[in-house]
Amino acid sequence: MESSIYRFILRYSKREQIVLLIMTGLSFPFLYYSLDLPKRIINEALDAKGDATFPITWLGVEFGQLEFLWTLSGLFLALVCINGAFKYAINVYRGQLGERMLRRLRFELYSRVLRFPLGRFRRMSQGEIIPMVTAEVEPLGGFIGDSISLPAFQGGTLITILFFMFMQDPVLGLAAISLYPIQAYVIPKLQRQVNLLAKERVRTVRALSDKLGESVSGVQEIHANDAARLMLARFSERLGRIYEIRFEIYKKKFFIKFLNNFLAQITPFFFYAIGGYLVVRGDLSLGAMVAVLAAYKDLSAPWKELLGYYERKEDARIKYEQVIEQFDAPGSLDPAHQSTDGDDTKGEPAGYRSSNLGVVDDDGDTQLDGINLRLEAGERVALLGPTNGGKEALTLVLARLASPTTGSLAFAGRDITTLPEAVTGRRIGYVGPSAFVFSTTIRENLLLGAMHRPLATPQRNETEQARAKRFVADAAVSGNSTDDPQADWVDYGAIGVPDGTTLSQRLVEILEDVDLQEDCYQLGLRGALDPESRPEAAARLLEARAGFAERLAGDPAFEALVEPFSADRYNANASVAENLLFGTPVDGTFAADTIAAAPYVRRILDTVGLTGDFLTMGRDMAATMVELFADLPSDHEFFAQFSFISPDDLPEFQALVSRADRGGIDALAEDDRTRLLSLPFKLIAARHRLGLLDDAMKQRILEARRAFADNLPPELAGSVAFFSADAYNAAASVQDNVLFGKIAYGEADAAARVGTVISEVLESLELRSTVIEVGLDFQVGIGGSRLTAAQRQKIGIARVLLRRPDVLVFNDAAGAIDSGAQGRVMDRVLGDAEDRTVVWAMQRADLARRFKRVLVLRGGRIVEDGAPDVLDRDGSAFRAAAGDE
Amino acid sequence: MSINQEVELLRNIPLFAKIEPSKLKLLAFTSERLTYQPDQVLCRQGDMGDAAYIIIEGEASVRIATASGDIEVARLGAGDVVGEIAILCDVPRTATVRAVDRVTTLKITKELVLPTDQRVPADRHRDHA
Repeated sequence: MESSIYRFILRYSKREQIVLLIMTGLSFPFLYYSLDLPKRIINEALDAKGDATFPITWLGVEFGQLEFLWTLSGLFLALVCINGAFKYAINVYRGQLGERMLRRLRFELYSRVLRFPLGRFRRMSQGEIIPMVTAEVEPLGGFIGDSISLPAFQGGTLITILFFMFMQDPVLGLAAISLYPIQAYVIPKLQRQVNLLAKERVRTVRALSDKLGESVSGVQEIHANDAARLMLARFSERLGRIYEIRFEIYKKKFFIKFLNNFLAQITPFFFYAIGGYLVVRGDLSLGAMVAVLAAYKDLSAPWKELLGYYERKEDARIKYEQVIEQFDAPGSLDPAHQSTDGDDTKGEPAGYRSSNLGVVDDDGDTQLDGINLRLEAGERVALLGPTNGGKEALTLVLARLASPTTGSLAFAGRDITTLPEAVTGRRIGYVGPSAFVFSTTIRENLLLGAMHRPLATPQRNETEQARAKRFVADAAVSGNSTDDPQADWVDYGAIGVPDGTTLSQRLVEILEDVDLQEDCYQLGLRGALDPESRPEAAARLLEARAGFAERLAGDPAFEALVEPFSADRYNANASVAENLLFGTPVDGTFAADTIAAAPYVRRILDTVGLTGDFLTMGRDMAATMVELFADLPSDHEFFAQFSFISPDDLPEFQALVSRADRGGIDALAEDDRTRLLSLPFKLIAARHRLGLLDDAMKQRILEARRAFADNLPPELAGSVAFFSADAYNAAASVQDNVLFGKIAYGEADAAARVGTVISEVLESLELRSTVIEVGLDFQVGIGGSRLTAAQRQKIGIARVLLRRPDVLVFNDAAGAIDSGAQGRVMDRVLGDAEDRTVVWAMQRADLARRFKRVLVLRGGRIVEDGAPDVLDRDGSAFRAAAGDE
Repeated sequence: MSINQEVELLRNIPLFAKIEPSKLKLLAFTSERLTYQPDQVLCRQGDMGDAAYIIIEGEASVRIATASGDIEVARLGAGDVVGEIAILCDVPRTATVRAVDRVTTLKITKELVLPTDQRVPADRHRDHA
């Protein structure tokens, strides 16, 4: 990468910088005339010299005095406009250039991160890389736009003004610049000190963000070891260091500023003294003196800009160099390794040959030593041996995730280090012990393995098309990727399906292979299906709803398990809020915690005359809660499980109840009323058994339900998805749609029994895979945090299986899966990968018996190589590995 | 049945007779009312128990597995308590209890009766000390 920011600027924006210079150059004559005009106006139009005679002839036209004044003033106005237009155009062009260059720089940095040798990430943390690419380079964009044109423009302006001053009077001109040498000498000296501090500041801030990132990743350890105070102290120490540096910079910068201002204000002294003397002696006209003073006022602006530019230039130079040195990692991948699309190893059998292969890691430890290995295409090999005995390193080298330090390794007849990722990342699949899942859906995570290049452009209408085209053009100008991320990237050929329509079927099969199908089914039940994009599936699920209701109705043992929703019946197993809404809240308007405060709901309560009853109910509930829970410690689990009121709010409700009892409920303030009203909405008749909801009350809530639906204003229509027996509810989960009711409280084991029935119904309607597909759209959270370690690992395996590489390399890839399932998953994976090369490093020797060949590695060397039953003899390393268990 | 009736019911059971009424109300409010279908199992011999059941309605059969097969040792009805030993000391269930007809119970979990620090093992420990 370009070693200095000016090289970077010249390499990528030479043409634009020249355009800027030309625009700047063109603006100067206008600037000069706008300076010259005031003199003419004062000296000639106002006749300050007293020697003008009117009418005057100017440019061949005759003018009276007033006419002349208007004309010159009008001209002045025009010049101001032209100067402004130039400034605007130049600034816009400069801004665009700066943003493009910033975009290019960031893209370049990111693409470098993707090419770093993997060992680099042991020394460079996320916490350091992120601020470099985001915050640290940010000011560079602005600077790059200014880098050449700003000194040219401001310098040119300065020279224009100075030239003008010298034209008026050389002595005054000299006076104006008399103090420049002092500034030119002192300021760089001060700036150098600032630069050193700025460098230090960048380093300290990087370390700070590194610590911050570390604390986020290790927050469990901090809690578990009561280490918060130590962390706070260390963080505070770093903040203190940054404070010192910043304050020091501030003082120095302020001094520079002070010096500049002071010197700028001294100069007019020379004007008044020398200029005044010349005017008195009659050597200088008053008009010229006024013009010089006006010009001098204009002079300070560009001079300040130039000084500011100098400061920013130094800052940008340091920032650029400090970032670049971090991203120039030796041993980075050749860019061509990632951009090449062709695979010229096609047809070559996917076998390995190594001779004297050795790997030494960054710390100088030998990972592999003198490995001579032949792996034929289609072989199945288990790697065993002690941890860090070489089996892990060997899998990494076979997947080209680590490079051999000595010897050579050939894959498909070619030196593996020369192969592009289009070969290594497609013909070879690798799954490590902690497969990473990206923060998206399970489906995307699975398909990631088969998304190498954009294959089909998406359907777009004309405006979208134009927008996409502009995006690509902008990307190209900034040296960014011109690939369309919206395109269909999925390589269906690699997956082995003709197109997207049969893809889901294949995904469901793969899930079965890695024992993830049941998990996905459960996620699907809890997930939401969009009936608009999948109307058929929604219609089928409505069939399931009917089937489920039928199944329950026919069986006295199950009938009591679910209370179905019915438009004209109160559902005792649903809360009062749900009974009133008779639907699912979509946004926060009618959510459980806020429904009592919703003005529309309050209006409905008033209309049907329920407000008073709800307030009384709220008071009774509050009183009961206070009676039951007041004596419990505030951290008691009952609060979370049973109380309508949190321990923090309890004293407030206690006071509220006594206020209500003293002055009557009607006298309560609006806040208090809302608070009381919020309680009855949470009441579930079948669960809470407080005896507050009698049949008459239920009837009136039903009345409120009807009023709520009938009067719902259109702007609130989107806030609730009503229950309807013959419509799919997009806001509710798949399970709730099939249930279309509430699981009854008080029936032993109800949830599990209902689950079984739902599962049977879905199975009989062949809807299981539909539900699994909904589960595939489950968002896994940051780093897959919403999944277990075993589920993440299974996704990792499925991702690689899906794209059917010629070689499958597993590095303890099933270690997080529970031991009973490990063998099962392994068998299915081996069955799925029939005829393909499989290399599997594992901890448990008993699992290795299903492989035809076993390699035992110890101390970076292969100590045994053969079939498991041959190796399984007294004193063998294989037996030793098995004995460890 | 509302919570006040349940309090009455609890009061008549010797195990809870000495508990003050306000605590009894909390107990009733926080315990779950559970209905079992005929033949459903309330607790199974050998399992670790975490709850006792007070039968409100219906009949349950208590059976013990022996070498010569299952034998019924008792029948329980309204007002009887099932599995109270499990909530007083940490021991496995000593018998299997099965609903004979539709049985309604009040399920009282261990946490409802005793805060975790007051269980029997702690008492025993005190005895040794």
